[in-house]
Amino acid sequence: MRDLRRPFGIAALLLVVAATAPLLLSAYDLNLLARFLALALLALGLVLTWGHGGILSLGQGVFFGLGGYALAMHMKLAGLAPGEVPEFMMLSGVESLPWWWAPFAHPAVAIIAIVAVPALVAALFARAVFARGVSGTYFSLITQALALAFATLLVSQQDLTGGFNGLTDFSGVMGLDLNDPGAGRWLYWLTLACLAAGWALVTLLLASRFGTMLRAVRDGENRVRYLGHDAAAYKVVAFAVAGGLAGVAGALFTLHAGVISPALVGVVPSIEMVIWVAIGGRLSLAGAILGTVAVNFARDKVSSAFPELWPYALGALFILVVTLLPGGLAGLRKRA
Amino acid sequence: MDPALLLGQIFNGFSVGSLYLLAALGLALSFGLMRVINMAHGEMLMLGGYLAWGTLQVVSGPWGIIVALPVAFIGAAIFGAILHTALIARLSARPLDTLLATWGVSLVLQQAARSLFGAIGVEVTAPAWLDGAVAIGGASLPYARLFILGVAALVLGGLALLLARSRIGLLVRAVNQDRMMAAATGIDVNRIDLIVFSLGTGIAGLAGVVLALLGPVTPTVGQSYIVPAFLVVVMGGLGSITGTVAAALILGLVVALSQLAVDVSLAQVILLVFVILFIQVRPQGVVASRSRSLDA
Repeated sequence: MRDLRRPFGIAALLLVVAATAPLLLSAYDLNLLARFLALALLALGLVLTWGHGGILSLGQGVFFGLGGYALAMHMKLAGLAPGEVPEFMMLSGVESLPWWWAPFAHPAVAIIAIVAVPALVAALFARAVFARGVSGTYFSLITQALALAFATLLVSQQDLTGGFNGLTDFSGVMGLDLNDPGAGRWLYWLTLACLAAGWALVTLLLASRFGTMLRAVRDGENRVRYLGHDAAAYKVVAFAVAGGLAGVAGALFTLHAGVISPALVGVVPSIEMVIWVAIGGRLSLAGAILGTVAVNFARDKVSSAFPELWPYALGALFILVVTLLPGGLAGLRKRA
Repeated sequence: MDPALLLGQIFNGFSVGSLYLLAALGLALSFGLMRVINMAHGEMLMLGGYLAWGTLQVVSGPWGIIVALPVAFIGAAIFGAILHTALIARLSARPLDTLLATWGVSLVLQQAARSLFGAIGVEVTAPAWLDGAVAIGGASLPYARLFILGVAALVLGGLALLLARSRIGLLVRAVNQDRMMAAATGIDVNRIDLIVFSLGTGIAGLAGVVLALLGPVTPTVGQSYIVPAFLVVVMGGLGSITGTVAAALILGLVVALSQLAVDVSLAQVILLVFVILFIQVRPQGVVASRSRSLDA
């Protein structure tokens, strides 16, 4: 394993600096930053799968959504007496809680589900596709179909999922009152802690033998197979880890934004997640975090001032970054 | 089950399948040749739709829609040639990056359509001779949908003829079989790429015209057909027209027949599950090209 003292030292320093943000930023900006740091957790997963594994997922929103909905379902159930159903279900005439909602009333189940459900779905999906050697562009196209199917399903099952509007109007979570002005600070620190843990996990994975094997599979899958390794297994594990990270990102994002809805998890948001990483640098964890925060702040500023311009800007970003700057911002530093 | 309903859905399946086919043919051709997917292909359908609308503003009368077909084909083919020269030819060695860059093109084109024509879209009125339906065995088959089947059959026939009988078709088949050897014999492979790519976007333009007969042309009209078209490419098998046709019709039938039992959104899910199950059995697609190359 590579010497990791330096990256961990720098990361610890940055973490201390980032922890002071609540003292410097307004509550609004702090909330934005916290949202974007939550999204950065998902971006770390993309560095693992896309940058180092060569697997381009255009459906990462699915796993983000699974995590977000898992927590949102818990928060919807938290204040209810036994036998009651959330208000949106009552309005559409659902009288008893569906069986797959019931376990989420328990906080421990919800917390485990935030990681376990997306990781498991990702693993099963990846196993099914990779098992027979289907990969590359084919895999990307299938993940996009997955994102479309997931979002369409959420919208159509209005009475069970909240439909187009998603799940919103949360009062609190696990003893924390979300309307309390101090809550934002705690959530920010929670997000920062999760991001740091996610960063450490992916850094260790990439520096380990697993990381080396993953890169070997990316660069020459058939050679790895001929050496007697199960190449697909490395990709499945990487994809599952990225799925779990996306799930946690979705749950944290739901806390900050106060909503999770199909519009946040479908085809378009899923592919936008890739551009955050492309801009920062697909091989660099720091670049991915930076890229995520920068693109999302730009989106917030541009799309509120000139909503017509944002799709042009985003489209141009996709074209220019990929053609002119395939290594992203982090690649610039290495070239210099 | 009501046999008329079943018959009607089977007919719908062929009709939806022929739309998938028109949308997927260009993708499959270019993918077979260059291993890249153009994510802005759906916007070529959209372009075809707007060109049909524009043509009908100029050429009114019952045969406007027939005039619109070549206009949309040529317009989308020219756009495809520009896209290929400016972007795709530069990225050809990086298939996943091509996905992302062409997605950027797709975003820009959608927003441009929104700025120019509005988000609601424009309506193309089908000519009177396409109104009405034939009744067969209690099921009614609308002329508009028969027209789509006809266009798809003509395109397919023309393409098959072009590939099998023309000089350019011979060159395309040569590059498809072995790119390096074809280049070594002096074939300008980049020019073949360009021709096939613009032919494919032209076909998508035709698909846009027939789509315009079914509903309004909106900035996102291509998006509703493009994901199934991608699945057709996944299922069809590399560079095989026969495979693409079979996959498009199978998926059209899967969607139409599953709608007998479930709603439209669940049919989408069934479509995806079907493709994932299918590649467990035949990962190489409906029709596999025989090749000794390891990384096809």
